[in-house]
Amino acid sequence: MTTTALSRYADLPALVGLMTGDEKHRAAAESTLDVLWVLYDRVLRVSPETADHPDRDRFLLSKGHGPAAYYAVLAAKGFLSVADLRAWTAYDSPLGHHPDRVLVPGAEIGSGSLGHGLGLGVGTALGLRARGRTGPRVVVLVGDAELDEGSNHEAIAAAARLGLGAVTAVVIDNRSASHGWPGGIAARFEQEGWSAQTVWGRDHDALEAAFAVRDPRTPHAVIARVQPKE
Amino acid sequence: MTATVETARTDTRTSGRAARPGAVVPQPMRDAFARAVDEAMDTDPRIAVVLADISTDRFAGAAARHPGRVVNVGIREQLQIGVAGGLALTGARPVVHTFSSFLVERPFEQVKLDLGHQGAGAVLAGIGASYDYAGAGRTHMAPGDVALLDTLPGWTVHVPGHAEEADRLVRASLPGDDRVYVRLSEYGNAAPGPAGSGLVPVRTGSPRSAGVVVAVGPMLDRVLAATEGLDVTVAYTATPRPFDRAGLNRLVAAAGGADVLLVEPYLAGTSAHEVAAALEDRRHRQRALGVSREAELRKYGSPADHDRAHGLDVEGIARSARDFFLL
Repeated sequence: MTTTALSRYADLPALVGLMTGDEKHRAAAESTLDVLWVLYDRVLRVSPETADHPDRDRFLLSKGHGPAAYYAVLAAKGFLSVADLRAWTAYDSPLGHHPDRVLVPGAEIGSGSLGHGLGLGVGTALGLRARGRTGPRVVVLVGDAELDEGSNHEAIAAAARLGLGAVTAVVIDNRSASHGWPGGIAARFEQEGWSAQTVWGRDHDALEAAFAVRDPRTPHAVIARVQPKE
Repeated sequence: MTATVETARTDTRTSGRAARPGAVVPQPMRDAFARAVDEAMDTDPRIAVVLADISTDRFAGAAARHPGRVVNVGIREQLQIGVAGGLALTGARPVVHTFSSFLVERPFEQVKLDLGHQGAGAVLAGIGASYDYAGAGRTHMAPGDVALLDTLPGWTVHVPGHAEEADRLVRASLPGDDRVYVRLSEYGNAAPGPAGSGLVPVRTGSPRSAGVVVAVGPMLDRVLAATEGLDVTVAYTATPRPFDRAGLNRLVAAAGGADVLLVEPYLAGTSAHEVAAALEDRRHRQRALGVSREAELRKYGSPADHDRAHGLDVEGIARSARDFFLL
């Protein structure tokens, strides 16, 4: 791949900059950047070579808004090329302002309308379990404002009752929900039977440790707090 | 969900001719669907059933035999479709079932995005049709289901007119990975309609005939009764999507007049654009009968009452046919 020279965490701002044209310090402020890096660099067992393997780990970007950091991480890990990034949002580009799984190599779902990823993740986990595939995990990234959508709460309520330990939700909390989440986001998952952990969303070791929590019957939520949205 | 709705189901099995021409016959399509899926699950490991508290009794046996392959998500229809999409992404063949109103209308964006946009397939099997549970009122009526799905590409829509057709069409839908909607009803025709894809002529008019009547699913018997004695071709389909444009064009070419009367059990005119596309090479007239778009009918009673109100009973169809064909 052409991206081997741009495969480090330190390269992500440059990769993001290829798309947004933003200055590098702006690119580094992408709320999802560190979580995505830790997932693809340390947690998920998936690579371009195993992108279609039935036992791969699945990452579902439910919060499809602002996907530049996602595309940058996919490029750093060899799913996308630098040329792909340069052409983003052009008519023929596989990369739009919201990702389309049919067009983006490595993208498990298409997203953009908020509140769809957790339901798809619950279904994915059920499908894996029905086939006896207990290895793969299903990680769904949502935003704190995205949790406004009621569809999330159908999925959150059902996931633990159905014993879906394969599911991990990571909530990027930049306090952008208009009406907030009094009492905290973690408590809402815990009330529904999930385990939950709140960490600083820029601390790679803390994120890795939070993602290491797995129980066969209990879904897990990682609340990744980052700087409040400006 | 009300007890009224559950008790409205019927286990009547009827065969042979109707008591009077065009009489509506109870058809246990929900049972036929459940039995077909239950049996297919024993041989096809891809099939996974996703329920939302409706008809769970009918899948209790399958759930016991196939752990993990019958999932009841509770009264959560957005999740129901999302789960189907996720299942399909793992290679499963989801079969999704509840009332049509809660299957297609309530989670419509999930149908659009979690299935279509993901490139994922599923078999959606809805009950209730336009007003099977007339006493339950507007909330349990889905006359717009087919029109809504018609806004999305790639859907096959089956509208069986008999339980045996429901069985056949459900079984044929299970092996694929496409998007299929089966519109199950508890009311239909006395005998199964002719098998075969596309529009099948049931009664063929003379070369000087007035035109073609298209009867969809449960409309067949009443259309035959209503057009008895008229020189028209009556063609039947239980699969209005994809619509058999070429077949309609052929039938119209063979008829004396290029006039098409469309009789559908859902929103009037749902297939009008298909008829127009099928006949774009010739001057033609068309009239579309179905559930009225004019106003919400705030009435209860029975399905027969609603058929009458929408002009979908034998008398109403006969009146429209004579008027339209100028006979």
